[in-house]
Amino acid sequence: MAKVIVYPPTSMILYDLVERMGHKALVVSEAVRNLVTASGIESPPLNVTPEEPKKGLRYAAVDVPSGVRGRMALIGPIIEEAEAAIIVEDPGWLTGCSGCSRTNELVRLLIRTKGIPVLDLSYPTNDDEAKVFVQKIRTFLEGLK
Amino acid sequence: MIRIAQLSCGSEYSGIQKEIDRAAETVGAKIIYPEVSLEDILNVENTFGVSVSSGDLNLAMARAVRIVQNPDLADAVIVMTCFRCAEAAIIRSEIRKFIHEHSKIPVLSYSFTERTTAETLLTRMEALVTTVKYRGLLAREKQTGLTAGIDSGSTTTKSVVMRDNEVIGTGWVPTNEVLKSAEDALQAAMKNANVAKDDIAAIGVTGYGRFLVGKHINARLIQEEITVNSKGAVFLADAQKGNATVIDIGGMDNKAISVQDGIPGGFTMGGICAGASGRFLELTAKRLGVDITELGKLALQGDYKNVAMNSYCIVFGTQSLVNSLALGCKPEDVAMAACHSVAEQVYEQQLQEVEVKEPVIMVGGTSLIEGLPKAMEELLHVKVTVPKYAQYIGAVGAALLVSGLLED
Repeated sequence: MAKVIVYPPTSMILYDLVERMGHKALVVSEAVRNLVTASGIESPPLNVTPEEPKKGLRYAAVDVPSGVRGRMALIGPIIEEAEAAIIVEDPGWLTGCSGCSRTNELVRLLIRTKGIPVLDLSYPTNDDEAKVFVQKIRTFLEGLK
Repeated sequence: MIRIAQLSCGSEYSGIQKEIDRAAETVGAKIIYPEVSLEDILNVENTFGVSVSSGDLNLAMARAVRIVQNPDLADAVIVMTCFRCAEAAIIRSEIRKFIHEHSKIPVLSYSFTERTTAETLLTRMEALVTTVKYRGLLAREKQTGLTAGIDSGSTTTKSVVMRDNEVIGTGWVPTNEVLKSAEDALQAAMKNANVAKDDIAAIGVTGYGRFLVGKHINARLIQEEITVNSKGAVFLADAQKGNATVIDIGGMDNKAISVQDGIPGGFTMGGICAGASGRFLELTAKRLGVDITELGKLALQGDYKNVAMNSYCIVFGTQSLVNSLALGCKPEDVAMAACHSVAEQVYEQQLQEVEVKEPVIMVGGTSLIEGLPKAMEELLHVKVTVPKYAQYIGAVGAALLVSGLLED
């Protein structure tokens, strides 16, 4: 079983595909769940506190907007954990979105420069493309130890 | 309950959403998020005029469209995005303009960091709520009876006594002990007006020390300086009808307010950098060995272009001025360079966030430093008005507004 990060890192469709193939999908939703279920913090809606943008300094400098650093405090650790990645280009907002394009760019960069196997895909626009899309993901995941 | 619609990107991931909610709650308002459909977001290019790659900014634009289409959804709007995000800065400004042009809903825009707290937002939020809650009072154009106003500022405390629409006494003291300075300023104004405290029907208080001073003297009106100053400015400049822009460069912060019929429509408030405040001019005057009241006249004789200013920072900017003097620059050029530096910072950082419409009225003690309004005129290419009693603007606004409460 490999730990596979998906991009967009909020994509439940990709999460499902990875988990079905017996691997561990790394998605930001889990990091959010950990925060919102933590006791003793009351910073709605996500329980992100001003400490998170400071933790994000590990991934981006202080002159990078706080919203990017705050997001990176959640996404950065799962990139570090990842052993493989699936990146879907132009996924559309329904597939999942961090809400911030600068964060998306940084996430893609950090995944690509990590030196792990990466599957690059375009988002399917019809049924035939969707079948090929799923097949490519399956083949990629089967090739992972 | 005043409903403030929040159109933002990044606030929850910056960890400041709780602070925004807390500031709103403190001023008796609640934050709301206008509902939009996915279709609204996908169509934002058609309805708003542009879509961008960041999803949350498209969501904010779709919400702006929804508010314009349904103005009953919100009483006021706050547009907030991350500091230092170029994409967000463009969209934040466009959202503000869009709402300003298509509705009468007051808008506040702000760029935040993770260090933004409820206290940072409080004055801004209070002003936003006031423009909604006391619209009738703010529309008031005349002062009646005998009232007084106190502006408890960060550097100086000002007071005026007004009778039947005229300023009849003024007082101005440095702010040392907040309460004592307020009492001294009021005493000076009363003495100048030749009236006793018991004769004064009501007192209004504004400025940084407003809560402390207002409680101590049992003020009838305790109000933030944005609404009060804009009221005082258009009153003194005789510009109560139509558009106006008020620029108030204070001792510790500065404000740019877009005013419509005497009521703030949009405003920004700076306070991060002392280089854009009166403090920088004080330091310059001290370094040049002239009194602050003489700095402006000296500056009028100078040319800022003869001085190389390498920084807006109060420390490094002063260093540039000192270096220039050492290189043989004239004191008048240095004085004008300091004025130009402050004006340019306000122009670059504050005035891009409001609609600059004539007349442009400069107020506050710094407006009396003649080089500053001149520098602002050169940057804006419009005539800048400095009304009589410009340094008492907050106190005048407070005395004017509190007289309205007596009639209600």
